Amino acid sequence: MNEIVDILKTMEYGPAPEDDAIVRGWLARHKARFGHFIGGKFTAPKGDTFAVTDPATAKELAKVSAGTDKDVDAAVKAATAAFGPWSKLSGTERARHLYALARQIQKHSRFLAVLETIDNGKAIRETRDVDVPLVARHFYHHAGWAELREEAFPGHAPAGVCGQIIPWNFPLLMLAWKVAPALAAGCTVVLKPAEYTPLTALAFAEICKEAGLPDGVFNLVNGDGRTGAALAGHPGIQKLAFTGSTEVGRILRRQTAGSGKKLSLELGGKSPFIVFDTADLDAAVEGVVDAIWFNQGEVCCAGSRAIVQEGVAERFYDKLRRRMETLRVGPPLDKSTDIGAVVAPVQKEQIAGRVAAGAKDGARMWQPSWAKEVLSSPGCFYPPTLFTGVSPATALAQEEIFGPVLAAMTFRTPGEAVQLANNSRYGLAASIWSQNLDTAFEAAKKVKAGVVWINSTNLFDAAVGFGGYKESGFGREGGREGMLEYLAPSWQKKAKARPAANALPAPVPVESEAAPGETRSIDRTAKLYIGGKQARPDSGYSYPVVDPKGRLITEAPFGNRKDIRNAVEAARKAEGWSDMTGHQRAQVLYFLAENLELRVDEFAARLSRMTGASAAAAKREVAASVARTIHYAAWADKYDGAARAPAGRMLSLALPEPYEVIGISAPDEAPLLAFLSLVLPAIAMGNRVIATPSPNHPLAALDLYQVLDTSDVPAGVVNIVTGDRDQLAKVMAQHDDIGALWYFGTAEGTATVEAESAGNLKPVWASNGMTRDWFDPVQGRGEEFLFRATRIKSIWTPYGV
Amino acid sequence: MNARTETREAAGTNLIAMPKQGPARNEGTALKPEWFETVDVNLSAADRRVATLSARRSVKKQWQAAWLVKAIECIDLTTLAGDDTPGRVERLCAKARHPLRDDLVAALGLTGRRLTTGAVCVYPNMVATAVKALDGSGVPVASVATGFPAGLTPLRTRLEEIRMAVADGAAEIDIVIARAQVLTGDWPALYDEVRQMREACGEAHMKAILATGDLKTLTNVYRASMVAMMAGADFIKTSTGMEGVNATLPVSLVMIRALRDYLDYSGQVVGFKPAGGIRTAKDALAWLILIKEELGRDWLEPELFRFGASGLLADIERQLEHFVTGRYSSHDRHGMA
Repeated sequence: MNEIVDILKTMEYGPAPEDDAIVRGWLARHKARFGHFIGGKFTAPKGDTFAVTDPATAKELAKVSAGTDKDVDAAVKAATAAFGPWSKLSGTERARHLYALARQIQKHSRFLAVLETIDNGKAIRETRDVDVPLVARHFYHHAGWAELREEAFPGHAPAGVCGQIIPWNFPLLMLAWKVAPALAAGCTVVLKPAEYTPLTALAFAEICKEAGLPDGVFNLVNGDGRTGAALAGHPGIQKLAFTGSTEVGRILRRQTAGSGKKLSLELGGKSPFIVFDTADLDAAVEGVVDAIWFNQGEVCCAGSRAIVQEGVAERFYDKLRRRMETLRVGPPLDKSTDIGAVVAPVQKEQIAGRVAAGAKDGARMWQPSWAKEVLSSPGCFYPPTLFTGVSPATALAQEEIFGPVLAAMTFRTPGEAVQLANNSRYGLAASIWSQNLDTAFEAAKKVKAGVVWINSTNLFDAAVGFGGYKESGFGREGGREGMLEYLAPSWQKKAKARPAANALPAPVPVESEAAPGETRSIDRTAKLYIGGKQARPDSGYSYPVVDPKGRLITEAPFGNRKDIRNAVEAARKAEGWSDMTGHQRAQVLYFLAENLELRVDEFAARLSRMTGASAAAAKREVAASVARTIHYAAWADKYDGAARAPAGRMLSLALPEPYEVIGISAPDEAPLLAFLSLVLPAIAMGNRVIATPSPNHPLAALDLYQVLDTSDVPAGVVNIVTGDRDQLAKVMAQHDDIGALWYFGTAEGTATVEAESAGNLKPVWASNGMTRDWFDPVQGRGEEFLFRATRIKSIWTPYGV
Repeated sequence: MNARTETREAAGTNLIAMPKQGPARNEGTALKPEWFETVDVNLSAADRRVATLSARRSVKKQWQAAWLVKAIECIDLTTLAGDDTPGRVERLCAKARHPLRDDLVAALGLTGRRLTTGAVCVYPNMVATAVKALDGSGVPVASVATGFPAGLTPLRTRLEEIRMAVADGAAEIDIVIARAQVLTGDWPALYDEVRQMREACGEAHMKAILATGDLKTLTNVYRASMVAMMAGADFIKTSTGMEGVNATLPVSLVMIRALRDYLDYSGQVVGFKPAGGIRTAKDALAWLILIKEELGRDWLEPELFRFGASGLLADIERQLEHFVTGRYSSHDRHGMA
């Protein structure tokens, strides 16, 4: 036996398999058949089932029930029944439950890691060292939020029963990201895991039992997209959280439109990985390994587009190719495996198809010398693949591959790097490599992405918000910002339905007496306000604005889609506003308050005439408007995010950034105050807006143009288009260059704009036909407005020498 | 799947194109600051690489036994203490000739294979004793020199020390660099001194000790590594064993990457020696994995890789006995150095 001598020649690592006997025993104990988990009980596995397989061996692991509408209904009922008692528990009591879950997860850490590996195909190193520790961390962190909820989120109540649909790439971790904040907030949950990877969720259900979580707080229904659709469409849920593809995200956005459900979507990405010539190239090479060869590249935030400074590109690619040679693709349970199996044959085919197409598109493909062995081996394995010379105009650069494939291109200047980085419909994450912090931070600020890692990549922590810009979705998971996705202002439960407004008169001349006090001798034509200029409506139509008795006051321009288009263009051009400091914006808003106050009587008279409000009431509205202006001038330089230290020698900034261009449909009530209550927080946070005032009472808002002009509000920051609210809102919802939409109209209008927003997946904040008291400081102003006006960008910055 | 077959490794495919005739000596180059002045090493990324590396690779069972045998072959068995005597050095040399108990050697199937440590490393005054004690064993004697460990004696005496150790039969000289030259960025001075040391070594191979614990930053470590190689070091070595912090994996990673870059630029091969604080078989495996991953199979030979260690061998012996018998071993079952 001269085995040792042979090994001394080759110095191979040899196999180092993780034992899966205990996990196989667990599957056997369940006879490899699983049902759902509803109201604290596992249902018998009956009816339609689907097979769950180990992608590394293609062997069946278990059969699992496919959830029907009835199963979903039963689960939602159980969650609804549990909601009352669970949400009424004290924060401390809920914290104890979450803490117990965290403890149980740690106790079963290796069991969960091995189960995840055989179910998903990812390497045991990752489930053991990344997934499961992050799962435990998430429950610990949110045990803290449960304890602190009332103090940290005064005036908030749990959103209610939550439907949660999670993907197959990080099954247990995504469960934790969804379930922990929901439970901490006081919500109950119906979770649907991905049909490829339901096993760790089932194990988690057992852990819930073991940890004594009250029945019905966590429910689990297995199944495919049909089960997911049944859950999303169920009227008994008040919140839907989804992680998965942008395509399905769109479907869910349309499906839930007008339902009043809160929605958060964490979708696809094509995240840039920018390497400056000042980078530590070897560090960046390892960064690529962690970016695109982590989890077989099946990572929504994978750094899949390398954007490399031209002068160092060849050297960087050389180092990268060498590093690729030493990656190990193989049995996921082997402790020396870097890249395990992709989740299913169909996924492998999709990767292969995109790679073949990419090669045809003219990019240079490179794979390690051993790639053929991998491709010809049984099981779902795919070798690490590098494309260089990728053109931004090709599918390789634009489409998500969700596999171990890196598309690389070069840039000349820092500005061009950011341009290339932002040349994408997505905006989930970005990784930026430079030893020069000026260079790195400049790019971090300018890149449009929800998560930015400087000199690092794919780092996660429960305290740091994660989520996308643009078509990568909206809402955050983790941190304070993540908790808000599962809470709603308490007063909303008692909100009243908005009374039906008068139909807008036709945009034609009316035979009517002028309202009293209106002098017709010198016509003051009300116009749209676009790009700092008064503009006639494109349509050439005007509609009558009448007093409560139906008497004509004057005509208002009847804006149409082209006016919206022009307004968006003007708002885009006003980007300087977003780059100004909070202090500078505050100065402008204080000036605005001063100038508005000078004209209190004039605005009050306008309001009285339009709405019939008493002189005192009208004056009160103008005074409140002035106060609101001062309120947001005050906020302009104070809503500035948070700094966190999620790891040693690591600073993570949570920066609230503007959406840049927001569309606003103001309500009819309080036509001046409500209009300003929406426009002001938006612009205070650095957005530029296209606002449509109350259709029936538009004049006070239109008069504002003079105040805006005299207050140094730059052209294009506030654009005012009057007309039919719902027509204009629909155009805004469909406009891909509008980042967010606030709609305060009818329930039907809400359904329309939410459905139409699915195009670019802009977040919609809609009243859904409910009214709010704009004079009330709790309802009419506050953090909710600022939160809606911004999106959190998390910037991770390691340091050390 | 490449991980299962490892055929490319069995076939000897290297990560880095190594000159075919095997490692010749590093002749050095002119001082070329452009090869290192723009390099700035990111500490967190280096830490992360080494932290995950040990978790990414695992050697078990007979593979682990073989790797530990390899580690023995790469040890510079060292005594560098003020109380060294000829008797102590002779004992060390005997252990270097015969590092593992015969029954273990037999059980590992290594009977008849030459199994010694890579070298013995002593102070200059002990070179003659060691050379005599190792006569016929093929184990080279390495001597520290140049005012070890601080290197703060006049250059003339430091050079003379090298010549005397070589004259006494040292085949390898472990020099120390002047840390001040790194801390002040005086690269020409560092280059010139190391060059002269290399000339003084003659046929003896020169290992340049950077004393990385004194250099503090990884960027200093990278730059000092480059200058030492340009000046003709055959090996670069982390530490004297006397600094506050000795061999660490992040420092080793940076030195290895410098060595790789130097090979790319100059075509010349340089070896690597971590020293100080490497005491357990587990440590040894971590370094061997680092070498294999960052440099490739070819560097896992005593010609290009050494551990500077004194206590490491004892722990490896115990681990190998555990592999053979299945029982945990004790120190007194193995002959001491």
